[in-house]
Amino acid sequence: MNQKIRLEMSTDILSPPYLKWLGKLSGLKTLAALTGILILNLGCSYGEDQRVANFTEITVQDEFDVNGAPDSSLWNYDIGTRGDGWGNNELQYYTDRPENITVQNGYLIFTARQENFEGSAYTSARILTKDKFEQKYGRFEARIKAPYGQGIWPAFWMLGANSDEVIWPECGEIDIMEIRGQEPTILFGSVHGPGYSAGEAITKRFDLMNDRFDTGFHIFGIEWGPDYVNYYVDDVLYNQITREDLPNPDNWVFNQPFYLILNVAVGGSFVGSPNQETVFPQQMLVDYVRAYKYNGPNE
Amino acid sequence: MKTELFIYLKNSLLALAFIGLFAGCEREYSDKVDFATFPNNPLVFIDGFSGGLEYFPFAGSKLDAFTVDTEIRYDGTSSMRFDIPNFGDPSGSFAGAVFPDMGGRDLSDYDALTFWAKASKATSINEIGFGVDFGENKYRVNIPNLRVGTGWSKYTIPIPDPFKLTVEKGLFFYAAGPEDGDGFTFWIDELQFEKLGTLGQPKPAIFNGEDRVETTFLDVQIPVTGLTQTFNLASGGNQTVSAAPAYFNFSSTDNEVARVSESGVISIVGTGTATITALLAGVKAAGSLTLEVEGSFETAPVPPARNPEDVISVFSDAYADVPVEYYNGFFIPDGQTTLGGADINIGGDNVIRYTNLNFVAIRTQNTVNASEMTHYHLDIQVEDQQIAPGDFLRILLVDAGPDNVIGTEDDTEASVEFQAPTLISRQWVSLDIPLSDFVGLNTENLALYFFVSDATISNILVDNIYFYKE
Repeated sequence: MNQKIRLEMSTDILSPPYLKWLGKLSGLKTLAALTGILILNLGCSYGEDQRVANFTEITVQDEFDVNGAPDSSLWNYDIGTRGDGWGNNELQYYTDRPENITVQNGYLIFTARQENFEGSAYTSARILTKDKFEQKYGRFEARIKAPYGQGIWPAFWMLGANSDEVIWPECGEIDIMEIRGQEPTILFGSVHGPGYSAGEAITKRFDLMNDRFDTGFHIFGIEWGPDYVNYYVDDVLYNQITREDLPNPDNWVFNQPFYLILNVAVGGSFVGSPNQETVFPQQMLVDYVRAYKYNGPNE
Repeated sequence: MKTELFIYLKNSLLALAFIGLFAGCEREYSDKVDFATFPNNPLVFIDGFSGGLEYFPFAGSKLDAFTVDTEIRYDGTSSMRFDIPNFGDPSGSFAGAVFPDMGGRDLSDYDALTFWAKASKATSINEIGFGVDFGENKYRVNIPNLRVGTGWSKYTIPIPDPFKLTVEKGLFFYAAGPEDGDGFTFWIDELQFEKLGTLGQPKPAIFNGEDRVETTFLDVQIPVTGLTQTFNLASGGNQTVSAAPAYFNFSSTDNEVARVSESGVISIVGTGTATITALLAGVKAAGSLTLEVEGSFETAPVPPARNPEDVISVFSDAYADVPVEYYNGFFIPDGQTTLGGADINIGGDNVIRYTNLNFVAIRTQNTVNASEMTHYHLDIQVEDQQIAPGDFLRILLVDAGPDNVIGTEDDTEASVEFQAPTLISRQWVSLDIPLSDFVGLNTENLALYFFVSDATISNILVDNIYFYKE
């Protein structure tokens, strides 16, 4: 399934973590993965000139090992509704209360609640590393157990550091993980930029076979280098977006530092409103967030 | 069968055998010891019966309802076709069958029974599931009133706890009757157990998820009802199934007051308060029953011995009862609120308890000819704390007339009303009503036996409902 995607890729890049995972795989899985690589190698025409990017050096990591509020040296809060449901008609009011966000027992816990608060019917939380950690290129990953249910919208994503100076989507947006709570097996990875935003974003959905995103932890990551973003879930590379995938390749805006965002939204245009079957409270658990430096391709 | 019996025996004796071995001498296991395992074949019906699968229609059902259809199918070469009879079909009033593998299969690796289905019209199948084998039906699971449309769709019946199904015989069953009098046809294809991996967020429930409180008595037996398991599917929707008690682990906060058997029956053994809760596969079930036990139940007076020809009994443990269609018709569209029915068994004595009473009726299967009888007897206990002035209980009888059909012009009805002080709160009162008091009532074709209070009296116990001749 994923081998097919790889065949379509015009990539000349294979990342070390990907090779590293191969070592961890056993038996059939390894065989399948190797087969995939063989096909990939046969399929692309780069021959012996293959270059491999490195993402081995950690630049920031939060393992959420200290109980209480998230580490303020790394994370800011977005508070409230921004008046327009954060541009998406979202229904929640974001707070920094421990009822909505806290670190407990090694996990960062987002809790979306159904409660009347400051004129909103739901509360939740959103944190970001703006002005505290911003990086151009690299591997960015988080290990997350998602919430579920109609109208629940968890996300792990990035915005360009100049998001305050220019109008979205000029700054660029990289969505590492977005899930519709009513589709518990489906993941979306996207980029937004000028001429390809919102409904026109460059996106790919990944259907997790024989498993769900809300019943266990999964690693959501991207590997981002000049002119490409690779999307991973666990050990699967499921998409690559390059400059050539854009309606106009000149509109590639992913050549500046970006910051990280984690949130759980309720309602909004992407998911629709919760219904009678939606269970509250809903929690998103984050085991860790890690970023690695992009060391450039080995020639 | 022989092999199976042998395996059972071996299973139960193995543990003992091992203990014996270790205690006796330190010899190694014999090479001939092998643990009993059952085939884990997940297929039920793909393009034909899977190995070992059998077919047994329910008694009274249309016996030829099931056929293999090679014309209409979802995939492959054939499907299962079920023809549900019209109302009044002499070949059977409903269709239903069990598809077991009497050798048993190990289904513990799977998490759902899945199939593709469509019907000749948008309709619902009354019951569809697995775990019925004409034996213990220990792990019965079904979806009540499954909606099926006219296009092929995939359906998922989750297994409440797969670890329980290590030796399951009942691979599939269904029962369906006509809808609004009309029969229909539905097809099932690719019927198999699967490991979907996409079922999540289990939400088991007992008593339909309600936290109930009831006053009860020593020696009463109460079944745990409203047992369900709900999973969220990959589609995002929830699927609830009815699940047999054996999937649950019940517990009581006080085993000296109430105990629950594995089959989900609560026995009251002492006075005090106990709360019944349950776990399913380690997940706490929503719902509970808190029982307040004050003491022994005062049973209704035992009716005197009479010649059988002098009595027609509707409900009593003293006489032979005529067949009863229902003890509570649940005429909810007509505004009935009354709950309950023949649901209390006290030391072998059956008593009817109606709660939230406004009106309720018992219906006999056949009409009763009481024209030779002189009296209508009932034992009534009002459970309300007090009976206010104006509170009443109306005893209403409906006769279906010579055509034996209710709702036609030849019907007759009449009633007799009782109030305090005839009725006494929390005491049995025996009513012997002369049939001549039911003015204008034909008594040759009695069909409905009403209790009406218009919500003035809310809770009653009823026992010993019969007609007799002085």
